[in-house]
Amino acid sequence: MSGRAAGDAEVKRVAESVVNADGPDGQHGGGDATRRDFIHIAAGAAAAGAGVMVAWPLINQMNPAADTLALASIEFDLTKVQEGQQVVIKWQGKPVFVRYRTPAELTKVIDEGAVGSPPQTDAERTKAGHEKYLVVIGSCTHLGCVPTFNAGDYGGWFCPCHGSHYDASGRIRKGPAPLNLIVPNYEYMSDTRVKIG
Amino acid sequence: MSDHESTYVPKTAVERWMDTRLPIIRFGMDYANLPTPKNLNYWWTFGGILAICLMTQIITGIVLAMHYTPHVDMAFASVERIMRDVNGGWLIRYVHANGASMFFIAVYLHMLRGLYYGSYKAPREMIWIVGCVIFFLMIATAFLGYVLPWGQMSFWGAEVITNLIGAIPVVGEPILIWLRGGPAIDNATLNRFFSLHYLLPFVIAGCVVLHLWALHAAGQNNPVGILIPKDRAKKDMLPFHPYFTVKDGFAIILFLILFAVFVFYNPNALGHADNYIPANPLQTPAHIVPEWYMLPFYAILRAIPDKFGGVVAMFAAIGVLFVLPWLDTSKVRSMRYRPTMKTFFIIFLFVCFGLGWCGAQLPDAPVIGSFKTFTLIDGDLNSYLWLTRFLTAYYFVFFLVLMPVIGLREKPLPIPATISEPVLPSTAAEKA
Repeated sequence: MSGRAAGDAEVKRVAESVVNADGPDGQHGGGDATRRDFIHIAAGAAAAGAGVMVAWPLINQMNPAADTLALASIEFDLTKVQEGQQVVIKWQGKPVFVRYRTPAELTKVIDEGAVGSPPQTDAERTKAGHEKYLVVIGSCTHLGCVPTFNAGDYGGWFCPCHGSHYDASGRIRKGPAPLNLIVPNYEYMSDTRVKIG
Repeated sequence: MSDHESTYVPKTAVERWMDTRLPIIRFGMDYANLPTPKNLNYWWTFGGILAICLMTQIITGIVLAMHYTPHVDMAFASVERIMRDVNGGWLIRYVHANGASMFFIAVYLHMLRGLYYGSYKAPREMIWIVGCVIFFLMIATAFLGYVLPWGQMSFWGAEVITNLIGAIPVVGEPILIWLRGGPAIDNATLNRFFSLHYLLPFVIAGCVVLHLWALHAAGQNNPVGILIPKDRAKKDMLPFHPYFTVKDGFAIILFLILFAVFVFYNPNALGHADNYIPANPLQTPAHIVPEWYMLPFYAILRAIPDKFGGVVAMFAAIGVLFVLPWLDTSKVRSMRYRPTMKTFFIIFLFVCFGLGWCGAQLPDAPVIGSFKTFTLIDGDLNSYLWLTRFLTAYYFVFFLVLMPVIGLREKPLPIPATISEPVLPSTAAEKA
C-alpha cells in the first residue's frame, strides 16, 4: 500500500468498518431455533420456489410450439408407389418410407418369422389386408440418418452413417442401431389412401 | 505468483485519482509485470495465440451475424450472399470458418503442453479444470456454428449429434424433442442454435478470465516443472512485459502466417464439399464426417457397439481430463524427468492422431490392403472398427491405468534444484 495517497487509508478504514459492522445476525449466538431462523428458511424456500417458477417458462419455451405440433398428420395416395419401389414423404420434418414390396420380398420377410429388435413378425408391422405396403419412419434408430433403399445384406435398407442393415420389413438385422425402423401410427382411409399421424 | 506484490506507483494525479476509485491501471500493470519463469519455451506461447483466436472468432462472428439469416429457407442463401455480395464477406467468413480450425490446433497443442509438462498438478488443478471447461464449451460452440450455414453436413451433423442425447435411457427422448423444439431438426432448432452460438463465446471469455485468475494465483509452470523457490525469484523470473509479450508476439505472427495460408490459398481444405449442398431432411450424404477437430471423439463413439455406451465413452473421453490431476500419482511434473512416462506419452500422441484418422474412415473398410482376415465378434479384424477399438482402449488405459501406476512405480531422473541449473551448471555449484 506504500504508494497510495494519505486519503486512501481513511477510505479503507471506513469501508472496513461498514463491512464488519455488527448486524442483527451478529448479536444472536444461541443454538436454539429462533424466529429469525424461521424467517431465513421461509424466505429461502419462497425464493427457491419463485426461482423455479421463473425458470420453468424459460425452459418450456424450447418445447415444440403449437404450430409445430399442429402439423401432426398427413394423407398419402398409395397408387403413387410402384411395385418394388418406395416413396419418401415428409411427416413432422422426418422422412417416412412407403414401400410397395414385391411378392419375393414379402415371402422372405414373412418366412423369417420374428426377428429384429425387439423380435417382430412382418404381420406385426403392417395392417391386415395391406401386407404388401410397409410404412416406417425413415430415420435410422441409431443416430437418425436416412437409410439407403434396397441396400445392405438383408435386401431392405442400409444406413450409410454407421452401417446398420435393415430387412424389407424395416427390422434391424446387423449393425449398431438398437431398434427396428419405427412404424408410425397410421390408418387406411380407403384401399389406396393412408393417413399418417 | 500468489505472493507477487503490486509494484505499481501512480505517477500522475489522474492515476492517483483512478487508483482509489477503480484500480484498473494497477490491475493491468500488475499483469504486465507478472514474474514469469525465464525458461518458458515456445510451447508456452499458445495461451497468447488462443486469446488472439477467441478475439478473431468473436469479432468476425459479430460481423457475420449482421448479414446472416437464421431461417431454414434463407440461411443457406444468406451465407452464399455473404460469400458473393457482402463487401469483403468472403474474407470474413473464411477467417471465421478457418479460425475455428486454427483455434482447435492451438488448443490441442496447449493441452498437450499441459499434459507433457504436468501443468495440471498441484497447485494448478483449477487452471487445468477451467481449461477443460473452456475446451468443452469450444466443442459445443463449434458444433452449433457448423449447423448455421444449413448445408447437408450442417443438417446431418446436427441430426446425429442431437440424437446422441436421445440415447439416454428414459429421459433421452423428451430432452431431445425439447432441445430441437419439435419432432425433427427444423427452423426452431436453427434459431436456438444461432442464439446459443452467439452466447457461448462470451461464456468462454468469462471462463478465460477465471483461467487467468487461477494462473495468476498459482503461478506459471515451466519446462523443468519445479516450483521456483522464493529466494530464486529475482534470478529465475522475468517480468511478463516485455520479455514474454515479445516472445508471444513472435509466435502469434508465425501462427497468423499459417492461418493466412489457409484463408487465402486453400480456404476449404479443412471443410467438407457436401456442406455446399443445401440441407435436405430426406437424404443423408453417403459419408458423414464431423470437422477434423471432432474426429477422435467421433471415432470413440463409433468404437462401442452399443448406442448409449458409445455416447458415454465419447463424453468420458473428455470427462477423464477433468480428473487427470488426481489420476496422475507422480510428484514430478515435467516428463523431461520421467523417461518411462514420456514413452507412453509419445504413444498417446500417435493414438490421438490414429483415432482422428479412424474417425474419418468407414468402420467396415479394411485398414491394410483389401483382404479379409477373420471375423472377431462383429467385424473383420482388418477393419477400422477394430483399429479404432484398440486405439480407444489405449486412450483410456493411458489415463486410467498408466497415469496412476507409472507414477508410483517409475524411477524419475534427478530433478534440478533451480530452473537455471540445466542451462548454467555453475549456478548449481553456487547453490551448493
